[in-house]
Amino acid sequence: MREIGLIAIPFLAGAAALVWPREDSRRWLLPVAALPHAALACWLWFAPPVVETEAWVGFDSLARAVLPAVSLLFLACAAYGVAYLRIRADRPNRVFVSALLALLGLITLSLLSRHLGLLWIAAEGATLATVPLLHFNSTPRAFEATWKYLLVGGTGIALSLLGSFCLGYASLATGAGDLTFAALAAQGPGLMHPWVIAAWVLVLVGYGAKMGLAPMHTWKPDAYGEAPGIIGALLAGGMTTVAFVALLRVRQVVLAAGLEEMASRTLLALGLFSMLIAALFLLGTPDFKRMLAYSSVEHMGILSVGAALGGIGLWAALFHVWNNSLAKGALFLSAGNLRRAAGARTVAEVSGMAWLTPISARLMIIGMFVVTACPPFGPFFSELTLVRGALSAGWHVAVGLFLGCLLCAFLGMTRLVFAIVDGRPRAAGRARAEKLGESLGVILPPLVLLAAVLWLGLATPELLRESWSSAVQAISAPPP
Amino acid sequence: MSSTLNLLIGAALGCNLLALASSRLPSMIRAAAIQGTLLGLAPLLMDHEVGWLVALVAAGTILVKGIVIPYLLLRALRAANIDREERPLLGFIPSLLLGAAATIGAVAAADALPLLPEHAASLIVPGAFATLVSGFLLLIGRAKAISQVCGYLLLENGIYLFGMLLITATPLIVEAGILLDLTVAVFVIGIIVDRIQRAFDTLDTTKMTSLRE
Repeated sequence: MREIGLIAIPFLAGAAALVWPREDSRRWLLPVAALPHAALACWLWFAPPVVETEAWVGFDSLARAVLPAVSLLFLACAAYGVAYLRIRADRPNRVFVSALLALLGLITLSLLSRHLGLLWIAAEGATLATVPLLHFNSTPRAFEATWKYLLVGGTGIALSLLGSFCLGYASLATGAGDLTFAALAAQGPGLMHPWVIAAWVLVLVGYGAKMGLAPMHTWKPDAYGEAPGIIGALLAGGMTTVAFVALLRVRQVVLAAGLEEMASRTLLALGLFSMLIAALFLLGTPDFKRMLAYSSVEHMGILSVGAALGGIGLWAALFHVWNNSLAKGALFLSAGNLRRAAGARTVAEVSGMAWLTPISARLMIIGMFVVTACPPFGPFFSELTLVRGALSAGWHVAVGLFLGCLLCAFLGMTRLVFAIVDGRPRAAGRARAEKLGESLGVILPPLVLLAAVLWLGLATPELLRESWSSAVQAISAPPP
Repeated sequence: MSSTLNLLIGAALGCNLLALASSRLPSMIRAAAIQGTLLGLAPLLMDHEVGWLVALVAAGTILVKGIVIPYLLLRALRAANIDREERPLLGFIPSLLLGAAATIGAVAAADALPLLPEHAASLIVPGAFATLVSGFLLLIGRAKAISQVCGYLLLENGIYLFGMLLITATPLIVEAGILLDLTVAVFVIGIIVDRIQRAFDTLDTTKMTSLRE
């Protein structure tokens, strides 16, 4: 029952936003929906319900391990959104607010989906709900980015549908056509192997494109660069989690079919390739919002490597999902503040942000150290766990490459962030920054998110560790 | 039953080649529309009882893919005042040859995958793969946004055809949800095409180059 509320709250609020008559007060619907959603998610997390095996929707252990992170991220974004939409009162916000709330509902539904078809419907719906959010600014560049997002994202999602069909067909030989993941996994070796392989490849490309794994990541820098910071935060922290969880659920079936070797090899190859591509582009890009997109590609690579390793690696990956959601949220929100005050995004045009927006600039620097895995923040510990797990599994070359990519990413990001923060402010930027000063509403949300990542690193709550462990246990292959 | 279905799929494959070969955009849109209508009939020809939901899915598909979307695309064409794909990234003859090769390859590839006895005689799997590849060829080989939308339609048609294999296994509510999603997807694409036309004053996607690294 509580799960239904979790899905219904955002949709109801989204519908209310569509008919809400007043332009200036509509934005308050964001926290009005986000607060009970987060409260309900935490309640479910403390007291998980019993999920029946054949249920299509349920707060199962995998959902429990990731959903509260997304809900908390949305809460921070909603708080930021109230301040943001006040600053951007020049743009109509009816579609923006309702699409944002629908996005939360669809993300929640995808994370709770235990049925192959339902998962796809929710994930596709979330992709479509993002479209009006991406071109909120209505510039030609925003439309170009939206077009690329639609083409790559649409093709990716079409391929994941085909993959889902293949997986469904694989089960027809022995199964009764029950397409819940639990029923599929229960068939195990009875699944037709060629179809499972085809399904895995297609699903990996499809949901991988949504997650932003290289080489299907090409939409990401454009979309993250052009969209408002709040949307970048939700895409990088929420949507990517949806795609990763979808991959984990399909992986569970592939494992049950006895194809663990193939799943783990492909995930490792894609993960390392994503990290490599991201590291190279991070060294070269002059644009600080595109930098965040490449950093997201890098972190998706880390998740993928973790899933490839399985066991302790998977545990680290779930830990990293939390770190990624919260840290990316903080970075995108503070980068949005910088972008708004500077009126530009490249090193050539922006400098001296430490003078213009002192607090946001500091938040950005801290956030940069967080995502590049400096202790004592959460990402350091999740990546450390992953590296230790990989070393004990004998993956020496992979670990070498992994650490090399992290180093390059660190160099690339520090270069860019300090270039825009230091130096003398431009005259044009100075005038803009005076007009668009930092208010509490745009500073507090990223600050709280950073504090949460710090807390995850210093004292990971036992309940969280326990929820990750039980999720790993639930989606790993049963012992022979 | 199966032979009628195969005839239908054969005609749909012909539409693929037609779409790949046409330099005029209206004829490409028409090819996609005819294919959508043909495939809309497919659920009625599968070997099972035709319930009201199956009939609804069929009617919905024909209405959306055969009539509404083509109409919207043709209207967008008139508004943008374009008629031809002048400089395709992949020529018409090469794309036609690739499309034909894909059809042959799809038949060969379908043999490699184990099929259930009741599907062994049908052309559903090769037909779906060939349509998918043709859609891809249009997506990557054409410069006009409208042609790319047509490519996306073909891609979807291929997946829809593949979905026929599962129509008895999956609850139809899932099929209906998928159809709804795809429809909304195309509408959203249509709206963005319209906005691109207004913002850039062209539908030539090769002109969209401000986002490069």
